[in-house]
Amino acid sequence: MFLKYSVEEIFETAKMLSTENFDIRTVTLGINLLPCVSDDFEKLCDLVEKKILNTAKDLINKTNKIEEKYGVPIINKRITVTPVSLVLGSSFINNSKTDQEKCVKFAKLLDGIAKKLKVDFIGGFGGFAEKGLTYADQVIIESLPEVLAQTERVCSFYSLASSKAGINMRAVAKFGLIIHKISKKTKQGVGCAKLVLFANAVSDNPFMAGGFHGHSEADAVINIGISGPGVVRKMIEKNPKDLTLDRLANLIKQVAFKITRAGELIGREVAKELGVKFGIIDVSLAPTIKVGDSVAQILEAMGLEMVGTHGTTAALYLLTDAVKKGGVMASQSIGGLSGAFIPVSEDINMVKSAKEKVLNIDKLEAMTSVCSVGLDMIAIPGETKTTTISGIIADEMAIGVANHKTTGVRLVPVPGKKTGEYVKWGGLFGETVIMSVHHESSDEFIWRKGQIPPPITSFRN
Amino acid sequence: MIREKRDLKPKDLAIITIIGKDRTGVVAHVSQALYEENVNIEDISQTIMGNNFVMVMLVDLKNAKKDISGLRKKLEKVGEKIGQQIQIQNEKIFESMHRV
Repeated sequence: MFLKYSVEEIFETAKMLSTENFDIRTVTLGINLLPCVSDDFEKLCDLVEKKILNTAKDLINKTNKIEEKYGVPIINKRITVTPVSLVLGSSFINNSKTDQEKCVKFAKLLDGIAKKLKVDFIGGFGGFAEKGLTYADQVIIESLPEVLAQTERVCSFYSLASSKAGINMRAVAKFGLIIHKISKKTKQGVGCAKLVLFANAVSDNPFMAGGFHGHSEADAVINIGISGPGVVRKMIEKNPKDLTLDRLANLIKQVAFKITRAGELIGREVAKELGVKFGIIDVSLAPTIKVGDSVAQILEAMGLEMVGTHGTTAALYLLTDAVKKGGVMASQSIGGLSGAFIPVSEDINMVKSAKEKVLNIDKLEAMTSVCSVGLDMIAIPGETKTTTISGIIADEMAIGVANHKTTGVRLVPVPGKKTGEYVKWGGLFGETVIMSVHHESSDEFIWRKGQIPPPITSFRN
Repeated sequence: MIREKRDLKPKDLAIITIIGKDRTGVVAHVSQALYEENVNIEDISQTIMGNNFVMVMLVDLKNAKKDISGLRKKLEKVGEKIGQQIQIQNEKIFESMHRV
């Protein structure tokens, strides 16, 4: 046998794996809970527990085995389930107080299962309300403050808008209040970091907090989230500062290709080991607070003094698009959110820029029109009006709906803190400065409620 | 006529990357370690990249005494001893990244 690769190619890969923080960001096992549906709540809980424990019993040890084999760290192991609005509804008895208690009990069950299996999050405690709120939706939404206060690893989402349905402004108004409640009930508002509101939600997202196992998926599936902002940034820094943007885009595309290929190799093996269908790879440059793991730093390496200045939206568009193109060439199974994430508290350069007031919510909103997630991990003053929160959500929903893309909102009002003060949640949630919001009122707009209709571009029949 | 006993087990290829400022003793130390673990060297190549010597070895782990994770730890120790950075990776990762 002879070496088929040049020393340079081998060296590039070796570097990626040793110093550039290339890792598989998450292996997420999605589990269908629809067969557990029952009007008997105890029976439902029992079936759910058995199903998850049985399907996921080898998730950790088999994933660790593959980690050792390839020497590529697999940072997070997670589970997503069928959105609970589809699972719990049958067991409700039309008494809101009792039914909400069931939600909390169920959430604690999921939390306990996650702890037993040693997965760091279990996602899917949510539902879909793009065109209306069912009784089950209302109960689950009302239960969220208690659910997120009393559990550690349960993540929640709600789909409030889609390009086909428009925006459910009654639900948007409701969530302004709910987010405020969650914030008051949890330490430094951290409960809000476990809730994402979506427009055009995707059913195979392996990342948290918005991941869930869509009802159109198979019984069990492995979805992989790959990341590698450090790898992309090093590639840019290695090349001349006057490299034209089209050539730069091509370089990024090539890096995305390589990391996607490596991720797919590993992901397929994990699925095979677990005897479960391989789903998709989500190629999303997702930052962590580790030094060198910042997405904002990539934008700065592209030639911006500080993320948030003029040119940021264009740079982010180039980056997101190049990552998608490289990913799609590398694998036929690309899905999830794929692109670039801009969660503020999880990106040290974003936080730095927010502190200096170079980055603000208005600029972040513009950036969400070209990246692959949304207004993410943004800390706002604890006393932000609920209608203002709803206004921010509505803006983000509109961007998603009008542009036929997925957008999300994960806002954290921090009780007792004002603009410019600091909050530290620790762990994956990171830390950040409280960002300012506009004081001018959105009250009357939000109080109108109703449904903002879908765009004409959706009428494609 | 001498019949050679053929080992029909499929190969289990890995690539070792050795990076350091000089080459003194690299081949000797690494080959010794691999010999001890019954790892067969199939091919070697090397070049200078910037300030570093980079050597790569294609090895076959099919008869190895340890699994790749164990070999990784051993090679790390060897690397520390001789001042080199030594990594070992399953060959499939390189194939997946560098070939369309």
